[in-house]
Amino acid sequence: MLTSDPWLILLVVVPLMAAPLCVLLRHATAAWVVAISVSWLVFAIALKLLFQVLDQGEVFYRIGGWDAPWGIEYKLDTVGAFVVVIIATIGAVVMPYAKKSVENEVSKARIYLFYTMMLLCLSGLLGITVTGDAFNLFVFLEISSLSSYVLISLGRDRRALTAAYRYLIMGTIGATFYIIGVGLMYQVTGTLNIVDLSTIMPAVADTRTILAALAFLTVGISLKLALFPLHLWLPNAYTFAPSVVTAFLAATATKVSLYILLRIFFTVFGEVDIFATFPVQPLLIGMALAGMFLASLSAIWQENLKRMMAYSSVAQIGYMVLGVALATEAGLAGGIIHLFNHALVKGTAFLAIGAIVYCSGAVTLKDLHGIGKRMPLLMAAFIVAGLGLIGIPLTAGFVSKWQLVTATLEADMWPLAALILLSSLLAVIYVWRVFEVAYLRAPPPEAAPLKKLPLSMLVPTWALALASLYFGTHAAFTLDIAHTAARQLMGGM
Amino acid sequence: MLGFLSQAAIIQLTIALPLIGGLAIWALGERHKNLREIASLITAIAEFTLVASLTSDVIAGLRPSVDVMEMLPGLNLTLTVEPLGQLFALIASGLWIINTVYSIGYMRENKEQNQTRFYVCFTLAISSAVGIAYAGNVLTLFVFYEVLTLSTYPLVTHSGTPEAIKGGRIYLGVLMSTSIGFLFLAMLWTYNLTGTLDFESGGILDGKVEGPELAVLLFLYMFGIGKAAMMPVHRWLPAAMVAPTPVSALLHAVAVVKAGVFTVVKVIVYIFGLDLLVDAKADDWLIFVAAFTIITASIIALRQDNLKRRLAYSTISQLSYVVMGAAILAPISVAGAAMHMAAHAFGKITLFFAAGAIYTAAHKTKVSELDGIGKRMPFTMVAFAIGALSMIGLPPTAGFISKWYILSGAIETSNALVILVIVGSTLLNAGYFLPIIYAAFFKEAKARHKDAPHYAFHDHGEAPLAMVLALSFTALGTIVLFFYPDIPLALGQALVGD
Repeated sequence: MLTSDPWLILLVVVPLMAAPLCVLLRHATAAWVVAISVSWLVFAIALKLLFQVLDQGEVFYRIGGWDAPWGIEYKLDTVGAFVVVIIATIGAVVMPYAKKSVENEVSKARIYLFYTMMLLCLSGLLGITVTGDAFNLFVFLEISSLSSYVLISLGRDRRALTAAYRYLIMGTIGATFYIIGVGLMYQVTGTLNIVDLSTIMPAVADTRTILAALAFLTVGISLKLALFPLHLWLPNAYTFAPSVVTAFLAATATKVSLYILLRIFFTVFGEVDIFATFPVQPLLIGMALAGMFLASLSAIWQENLKRMMAYSSVAQIGYMVLGVALATEAGLAGGIIHLFNHALVKGTAFLAIGAIVYCSGAVTLKDLHGIGKRMPLLMAAFIVAGLGLIGIPLTAGFVSKWQLVTATLEADMWPLAALILLSSLLAVIYVWRVFEVAYLRAPPPEAAPLKKLPLSMLVPTWALALASLYFGTHAAFTLDIAHTAARQLMGGM
Repeated sequence: MLGFLSQAAIIQLTIALPLIGGLAIWALGERHKNLREIASLITAIAEFTLVASLTSDVIAGLRPSVDVMEMLPGLNLTLTVEPLGQLFALIASGLWIINTVYSIGYMRENKEQNQTRFYVCFTLAISSAVGIAYAGNVLTLFVFYEVLTLSTYPLVTHSGTPEAIKGGRIYLGVLMSTSIGFLFLAMLWTYNLTGTLDFESGGILDGKVEGPELAVLLFLYMFGIGKAAMMPVHRWLPAAMVAPTPVSALLHAVAVVKAGVFTVVKVIVYIFGLDLLVDAKADDWLIFVAAFTIITASIIALRQDNLKRRLAYSTISQLSYVVMGAAILAPISVAGAAMHMAAHAFGKITLFFAAGAIYTAAHKTKVSELDGIGKRMPFTMVAFAIGALSMIGLPPTAGFISKWYILSGAIETSNALVILVIVGSTLLNAGYFLPIIYAAFFKEAKARHKDAPHYAFHDHGEAPLAMVLALSFTALGTIVLFFYPDIPLALGQALVGD
């Protein structure tokens, strides 16, 4: 049953309006207070909407009262609500953490701008997920992208500027490809509403224009998604951005891109069997596998902890895309559940790294000898995240691996199951490199004393780590949501 | 006993109690050394009491079970007490008490670092070993199996030397890659085929899989269980010899390798079911691999001069006895395999305790240095001799009984290869153990060589009392098990009887 609900628009509008407020305040702490209040409010709304969607089905809101497909319609189904909750959770966890970390890493005069951009980015990411309009989606994509370029460039290291610039170029190409794709579709169908597109699509799917549109859309989104080999912008961006930004983006931005991919493949083209007419599947599986292996191998050789985790992200994106590419209910559920689990796991990892940077100023392995003994609580959280990346039972990563391998077995794709497991062994290697350095090497005798770790950084890190443990042992709830979402996507909209 | 606790509570407490003890140990820390070690000991004794209180019900045929939590939709973390698991839990928790006594002596005398971490990891390892023992389905078993690997890793790398780190890598690498690569896949395949992962008597795979697929699945399980150390996935065990001796005892006798062979037997009996494998003749290769491992590991052991390495290869060989006993598929040999878990545990822990005592008192690690040591350390070396006899399988030691049962199964199925292997390996075992005993008691200590390290000839007596007590006790246990094998045998027969 469809219900109209104004909360849907508030989800996007509240952070969007709060952002200029931060600029007007021009004060670091005041801006932080605004940001944290908004992010928690958004979190509450997101949870409310998720339960509403699970209970009563889709929620919609028509802007200005104009009916779809003429007006812009916001729409939330299970997969959307799930992604909204992921974004909002990470936002709510990251904001309290941000205060100390940002004071340490961003020059004081710019801190209020940082919160402005965080709120804009949050608003953009949420907007992408709730909108039911392909062009509106592009607008939010740009809002979130532009704000993330700025956020990355705020990094202390001068290389943050080139990293942001590179991301800007790649991201813009991606967004342009996306809008070209939307334009081509509009040319043929005369509509931008996603539901409308999906009903018209079967009649026009065989035209060359639509095929070109699909190609543009796929490549454009893959760029934003950092799907191998279009990931080249990601490692530098994650390495040189302020730690909070890395944690926030790693846990949300690529996830939202995957959401767009799901929307295009299974909603817009939901009534058309694109996997039969278009070689999407082998292409996606190939790139996913290449990402899983090559990016993991790259991660093994990294000395910089942030960069290692960045490459690990590229590999994990491979897992998600692999699940999606199976185009079965179980596969989609695997991709969607990994979206959630990986957000928790990678969020924990980057928050822990941010705290290490805050306390010791070091981020390369050679400077982190014995850090496990010097910061036992924090490193324990990092190890929980690391075990999650490998997919050790009791962590959220295990649930993802379980679902993905089950999906490949159900689809009779044996080699894929073996490859998933093989690539998770590569994760053992890079996680254990960190472990050995952190716990088995003696701290250098002349090591500078560590700054005290503020609770406002430790608590959010452990909150995510505990969430990953909780959802690793009580996965029925999340897996059910993922299955429902997958079923809805497979059934068309 | 323990009537005030419900059975479900007792089962869950067997997992939780060591963890609670671990927390207490961690809280007490290095500052309260004595209290910390008393806490360890109390936890161990309480744990054994809990486990033992379940024995009579299991022998009586009850299978108490409790669902702890719903981990995945429709798949619970379930604890079920059945005979084989009860046997393993008894071995692990019982030997833990003795091992704790020994550890206290060893760790203090050798002034080891990070002792608190050592005791905490030990509690984790015991908790997961009991979790493996009571696992009601493959998922639960897998969870605890992985936790056991991770919790023993800090113990293996305890000293933190480059050598220990290297050993730790091999340890973790082999165990993780087999469990993630093969065991995990086998588990999901089973689930995909049957829709259940519960251990059920008679197995769950009957009629679901056949022909080459069955053989492949068996292969995935058998080599996925790296802890059973079947060749060629045995490398982690010698690599783990860098660990302190109490850890070696934990690996070889109390928890880790026992968890491996336990899982092998459990999977063969409760997942495949003896009948399915007998009908399909799918496991002939398993007997070959086990036989090959038994003989090859014995030959390698023969050539080791480092005492602990020799014992490690002896373990590899002995473990494959258990695998072979299960793979013969005759009920009597499966019961023998279960019995051999207990027999080997007592024998091997004695041998390792003795090796550690020799190292602690005399600083000797090599077989060639042991001439005449029996006169200085009579208790230790008599215990060593008893343990060695049990390995060879001579009366009056427990090893004789289990070998007898396995041999009976082989004769029953007229499997000439197995008979030949058992006879051959008995000779080999004698070949690498008897010279040590002979040298210890009947050879004179070598004259001092000018290149010999200074410690090689200093005066020494027995190791500290705690260690000697522990190793005497386990040696005695090896003999007691020969005369009173009732409980392990009853459990072993209940395993194949129902």
